[in-house]
Amino acid sequence: MMLGRLVTELLQVALLVGAAPLFVGWVRMLKCWTQGRTSASLLQPYRDLAKLFSKDVVLAENASWIFRFTPYLVFGTTIIAGAVVPMLTINLPLAPIADVIVLVGLFAIARFFTALAGMDIGTAFGGMGSSREMMVASLAEPAMLMAIFTVSLANKSTSLSHIAEVMYSGQSLLKPSLAFAFIAFILITLAETGRIPVDNPSTHLELTMLHEAMVLEYSGRHLALIEWAGMMKLFLFMALGSALFFPWGIAISDGPLEIAGAGIIILAKLAASGIVLVVIETGLAKMRLFRLTEFLGSAFLMATLGMLSFFILE
Amino acid sequence: MKVVMIFSPGEIASASILLLMVFALLAGLLGRSQGVLIVFFSLVATLASALTTAAGVMTVWRGTSEQFVLLIGLPDLPFHLRLDPLAGFFLTVIGLLSVFVSIYSAGYLKGFAGQRPVTRLVVFYCLFLAGMFMVVLADDALFFLISWEVMAAASYFLVMFEDERAENRRAALLYLVVAHVGAIAILLSFGVMAGLATGFESFSGYTFDAMRQATFPVAGATAAFLLAFFGFAAKAGMVPLHVWLPEAHPVAPSNISALMSGVMLKTAIYGIIRITFDLLRVFPWWWGAIVLFLGIVSAVMGILYAVMEKDLKRLLAYSSVENIGIILVGIGLSMVFSSFKLPVLAALAMTAALYHVLNHAMFKGLLFMGAGAVLHATHERNMEHMGGLIHRMPWTAALFLVGCVSISALPPFNGFVSEWLLFQAFLLSPSLPSPLMKLFMPLAAALLALTAALAAATFVKAFGVSFLGQWRGQRQHTVHEADWSMRSGMILAAAACLFLGVFPTVLIDWMDIVPEQLVGGRLSMSATASGWLWLTPVASERASYSGILVFIAAIVVYGLVYIVLHVKPGRIHRGPVWDCGFERLTSRMQYNATSFAMPLRRVFGFVVNIKESVTLVPQSAHAAFPKRLQYHLRIRDHVWNVLYTPIAGASFWLARKVGRLQQGRIQSYLIYSFLTILVLLFLTVL
Repeated sequence: MMLGRLVTELLQVALLVGAAPLFVGWVRMLKCWTQGRTSASLLQPYRDLAKLFSKDVVLAENASWIFRFTPYLVFGTTIIAGAVVPMLTINLPLAPIADVIVLVGLFAIARFFTALAGMDIGTAFGGMGSSREMMVASLAEPAMLMAIFTVSLANKSTSLSHIAEVMYSGQSLLKPSLAFAFIAFILITLAETGRIPVDNPSTHLELTMLHEAMVLEYSGRHLALIEWAGMMKLFLFMALGSALFFPWGIAISDGPLEIAGAGIIILAKLAASGIVLVVIETGLAKMRLFRLTEFLGSAFLMATLGMLSFFILE
Repeated sequence: MKVVMIFSPGEIASASILLLMVFALLAGLLGRSQGVLIVFFSLVATLASALTTAAGVMTVWRGTSEQFVLLIGLPDLPFHLRLDPLAGFFLTVIGLLSVFVSIYSAGYLKGFAGQRPVTRLVVFYCLFLAGMFMVVLADDALFFLISWEVMAAASYFLVMFEDERAENRRAALLYLVVAHVGAIAILLSFGVMAGLATGFESFSGYTFDAMRQATFPVAGATAAFLLAFFGFAAKAGMVPLHVWLPEAHPVAPSNISALMSGVMLKTAIYGIIRITFDLLRVFPWWWGAIVLFLGIVSAVMGILYAVMEKDLKRLLAYSSVENIGIILVGIGLSMVFSSFKLPVLAALAMTAALYHVLNHAMFKGLLFMGAGAVLHATHERNMEHMGGLIHRMPWTAALFLVGCVSISALPPFNGFVSEWLLFQAFLLSPSLPSPLMKLFMPLAAALLALTAALAAATFVKAFGVSFLGQWRGQRQHTVHEADWSMRSGMILAAAACLFLGVFPTVLIDWMDIVPEQLVGGRLSMSATASGWLWLTPVASERASYSGILVFIAAIVVYGLVYIVLHVKPGRIHRGPVWDCGFERLTSRMQYNATSFAMPLRRVFGFVVNIKESVTLVPQSAHAAFPKRLQYHLRIRDHVWNVLYTPIAGASFWLARKVGRLQQGRIQSYLIYSFLTILVLLFLTVL
């Protein structure tokens, strides 16, 4: 029994690691179509990763161990985060080691080290990226916490499996607080995963880079790990949104068929969320850095409103 | 271990206090050979602190209380001592950090060799430690205040150690003034409680026992609480009484800064807990709301000032203001829950606060020790003149990084555990019956989350600017790694940070008796119900966290990824930094502390008093091409202008008015005395 659950856990991690580039390929493809361009193949992200892995690493002379350690930390931490978000089943054996607050903490530690790595070489770009990323994070992280606190309050738990279970049973349907929390969560997902209007993942223009500026000095397998972790993070946030707000379709028992079905359903949900993401990204322009305060402030406000409405109405 | 069994914890603690005091007396004899003095001092202080820690640990573990009455004291007013679990917990916190800092001091004080004798520092260091231990052990108002003053006076002289700088003298004076204004408030608070306990005619109410047995009228209790809270908050550095802290802590020698920030502030927290939960016992919910509100304000303001700071030690001092705020949030929450008769929730919030007390002692001690090592090596506190220290000081850098990760509340280190517990307490607040508190709770939780995120930005900046990048200052060749005694002090503190983060259940099991005695609720039934691996504060389906498994998973996953990628050894080329073809990259082109904080300054600048100006120095020939730009930035506390300047002005004004009475003529003084007697006679007739 335990073995079966462990296999499910491994399957889930494999799904995250394996399907994240596919999801990014899908999003890029949709984006090309909406902008009237012909797109690369769905599998292009895999090819990019393979190319990076086969290249040698070029390090700056004064890079310290932090610079070399960070890619492994970021990649590994994202995998651990992926092991606790219910995607296939709510009975994940590793889910109790971390609740949703720990999950935010795991993303925070990856960001902490990425920001340090950005400052390690001592170029202006790296420092600029770190400084901006930490500014965005210091506004996005509290909003994220408030949004998930609202969900936790509505479901009386901070454990992700338990939240998914209660939501699945339909006890928390139609709560106004959840609507606020969901809007906030969408805004934060855009910020945390570095999408338009907060950051543009495909830019390398000096004045507009945030995340890309921090990792500008990376090359070879280090860059591949960071890129892959970024893809996994996007995938994870979509899966997290599904687990917190729309868990229907997830397996509640350990039957192999059910888990296979859950796998197909989660991929379908992700494909749909990719469409939403592309619609948002195509419809908006990237904001100026200091306009982000308003954007993230409204996410924070939405989440706090959600929590207030829980305290007052429910 | 045998010795420990023979003597009771109280005796061990008293013996170590005596040891410290005797050594303080004898230190002068050793003053001739400074090297021997430092070695002896480090040994004695480490031994005494270790003994006290053992006493504290045992007391909490057994859950016993011991009382002593000393034969010395004022006539009819002997000194009372008591070692109960609450005192034991704080003895452990103070003792443990003192062990680490005393080991560290052996190396740090050697840095003063040839510059100045350290005898004075050694004497007051011992008295300072003894004073802190006595504050925690005191069981009557008189002995408490005497110990409090010993601690305050000793730390004043420690701040003044490098007294040739006017800046240090000014900071020490400010510290002394605030400490004494606070002490007066505490004295008055004890007066109110003692008077209400046994009547204002006798002194017998001065023992804490008498106060415990009394029932106080609400008005009297409120007066006592507000006075005590004001007094202790001044010492703890709560906003708006924090202004002395960023002045005094940075100018003290770094081992002293570690003790002051790490544990001296905690004696004030101890005072608040002792008076509120132990002596007054019954309180309305709005006391808790006040503590909670001021705690939140301290946390947010403290971290905002910290993130904009460029002086490494001032940054750490401001971060102490923030952490004291977080602890006060826990205490306030516990008071609110307790007043609504929710003992388990009160115990959860209290556990979070106490855990953060212990955590903050460890990581702030570690960070100040690290800053001390940097100061020792570079003679520089300004981060704008540092950079790239990780290459010259690899040990210090790694240990400082552990402190940064811990204080930024990142799993699996210790700061995360207490913050996690505190968030859990907030998430249980819907069970409060008061609608006003329900409205306030989400906002408080939101601001606490903001604080945690800003703390991460602050410490990315602190570590990134001083240890990473390239060296910005002069004299790089003199930068050297800290010696072994300094390193071992820091290694022990870093190990404690990791241990506290990875084994929270062990600690919560151990300290559970403290919240139980204070608020009548237990956590260990539920917190460790699913085994020592899992921390489940309320119920396992409600929330769970396993620090050790996160830690193991991290190691396993990082290791696997590393091995998979190194099956086929890849090549690594080292090359010069890419300079966009500009070819003249200098270390001054890096982001520094000021520029790193610029986006945050712009977002949160409205709460801080910022003066920023850019002036052009024109070239004589072409006005359009300025020779250089000068950038000035000054950040000050709003509190100075709003609160302190008016108070200082008013007291000078009052002093001048009162000064008119003083004419220097004996006749007028006789008239004053005569009038006073008349008034007094008149009052007695009434």
